[in-house]
Amino acid sequence: MTDPTSLQITSAAENTAVAVRPRPRLAVFKFASCDGCQLSLLDCEDELLAVASAVEIAYFPEASSRMEPGPYDVALVEGSITTPHDAQRIQDVRRIARTVVTIGACATAGGIQSLKNWANHEDYLRCVYASPEYISTLATSTPIADHIKVDFELRGCPISRHQLLEVIGALVNDRRPRLPAHSVCLDCKRKGTVCVEVAQGIPCLGPVTHSGCGAICPSYDRGCYGCFGPVAQSNCHSLTNQFLDSGNAAETLLPLLRNFNASAPEFREASNRVAEISIERNGASHR
Amino acid sequence: MTVATESNRTVLFLARSQLNQLIRTLADDGYQVVGPTIDQEAIVYGDIASADDLPIGWTDVQEPGKYRLQRRDDEACFGYVVGPHSWKKYLFPPVTLVATADRTGTGWQLSTPETEPPRYAFLGVRACELAAMKIQDKVFLGGPFVDPTYQKRRAAAFVVAVNCTQAAPTCFCTSMNTGPRCSSGFDLALTEVADGFLMEIGSEPGNAVAARLAVMPATSEQLERGNSARQQAVDQISKKLDTTDIRDLLMNNLRHPQWEEVAKRCLSCTNCTMVCPTCFCSSVNEVPDLTGDHVDRERSWDSCFNIDFSYMNGNPTRNSIQSRYRQWMTHKLATWHDQFGSSGCVGCGRCITWCPVGIDLTQEVASIRASQNDSSVGSAVSSSHDEKGNS
Repeated sequence: MTDPTSLQITSAAENTAVAVRPRPRLAVFKFASCDGCQLSLLDCEDELLAVASAVEIAYFPEASSRMEPGPYDVALVEGSITTPHDAQRIQDVRRIARTVVTIGACATAGGIQSLKNWANHEDYLRCVYASPEYISTLATSTPIADHIKVDFELRGCPISRHQLLEVIGALVNDRRPRLPAHSVCLDCKRKGTVCVEVAQGIPCLGPVTHSGCGAICPSYDRGCYGCFGPVAQSNCHSLTNQFLDSGNAAETLLPLLRNFNASAPEFREASNRVAEISIERNGASHR
Repeated sequence: MTVATESNRTVLFLARSQLNQLIRTLADDGYQVVGPTIDQEAIVYGDIASADDLPIGWTDVQEPGKYRLQRRDDEACFGYVVGPHSWKKYLFPPVTLVATADRTGTGWQLSTPETEPPRYAFLGVRACELAAMKIQDKVFLGGPFVDPTYQKRRAAAFVVAVNCTQAAPTCFCTSMNTGPRCSSGFDLALTEVADGFLMEIGSEPGNAVAARLAVMPATSEQLERGNSARQQAVDQISKKLDTTDIRDLLMNNLRHPQWEEVAKRCLSCTNCTMVCPTCFCSSVNEVPDLTGDHVDRERSWDSCFNIDFSYMNGNPTRNSIQSRYRQWMTHKLATWHDQFGSSGCVGCGRCITWCPVGIDLTQEVASIRASQNDSSVGSAVSSSHDEKGNS
């Protein structure tokens, strides 16, 4: 039986031999980070051969000791800027890469290490290192986009390997990456996951968090803790008010907001407000 | 024995012990029986293998932004109101593969997956949900473009309705004239009483199923108990939405300050639209594999609360929470009348319960309506007429 809904489209241009384009040259750079995001690339086990045939992996020290010099078509940049040396090095990366894609919460928001932005880093240095005078570090941890022009940001702690493959596929095929920008709530609803905040009273950042993880945490009865950072036009003010009004202590909301994306502007502002409320209510010592 | 009838319909009595027989009969007819079951601290819709899967002895307690399961002091099978799921997840699935394309040596081979639709038997459909199905029928089947996925699933479905015997503080079906009594749109309808179910037949397939069950004509005493059980639901409904001229009320107030007020609370998270049994928006995406040689065309639930949903000509048309909330509510309660000839709201209250910050659309409407009689806001409202006229 012929399928009436099936049809053939033939383009005249494709009848001639397709010109073979050179594979884009890919480099992976690490800054202040845990390596988890670049490992997501190696974690593409089923697709790794396809990736390797679609792009030339020219510089990826985590994966191969064969390191070829630039320029590169695509640089995947992991990690945040925390040292003067890295602040210079990221400029070099920008110069030798046509497209810069930052990957993960460290690179896009400053990462968990940006908690130092609320502290005196000199105090930490003295606590941790026997000879702090040998350490050259900045007072803050900042995202890559604070230092150079970034072409595309992939959120997450760690990033989603599906999203990484989507971006690589888009770059290889010269199309726009298709990455949804809605909140985590929509993903929960599509999966049939029941809202943990409404049904169980668990504080969940899902309504203000960018999609990408596949809404994992709520499907295991825990609240979203915002790994993918704030969604555009997030209303953190209203959500934190709701948490506070439904009996959550301000101090318990602080670690929720001051997490991998603590320094994303929307989460930072919300956590600072919650910290002030905490002080007002309890005279607690959160700054 | 007196044979009791209601609205010219014979009413039967199914003993509680025979409920499994109904489930088995439907399964024997090749239906996948789906209905209420407890999962994730809520009464959701899932597969029902036997009456043991039903939320026996449980109920739900609801208020704006809050839902909790609670033990009942009896063993009722349908002693709850409505939960976070709606039947639309079966008729209009969250993600559907609508087409595929494969690159050939000379172009593209496009094809549409020809899958047999699942045959669902819905067990426990409430009156507001029957109304929602009728509304989605109009949306998906009533216009020039018929949705094939919905059409096949809907045509294959068997509907066992269950009359509500209690209501939540979030329910307002009586305002929307959709319930709580199930009057049409079902194959069978049940009313639960202590020792069984009153059963009404709504269609020929329903009649054929009932004929194979050990049912008796209901006695007038059983009918009376059914009436009072249903009346209890009516009596418990406290929420009201005044729908008088609601279309004009909202459309004449597009610049009302209340939209700004609600936008301070609204998270634009999409929860209300996802739990709504009539919201039907979706987006269609081409999903290529890494080589670009194979493309899936997927349709997924989407929402007017997403910024990208109104992306046109390089910009989102509704680029603020205020404009998106207004779009949703004016469509649901006002312009739905223009588009589909009815309200888009059935009064189930899901959008109120499942809003993480407990926004209540009936209160939003009431605020706008109240200001119409209030001279201080009246001036702001009358100037809004002018602005609207220019838009």
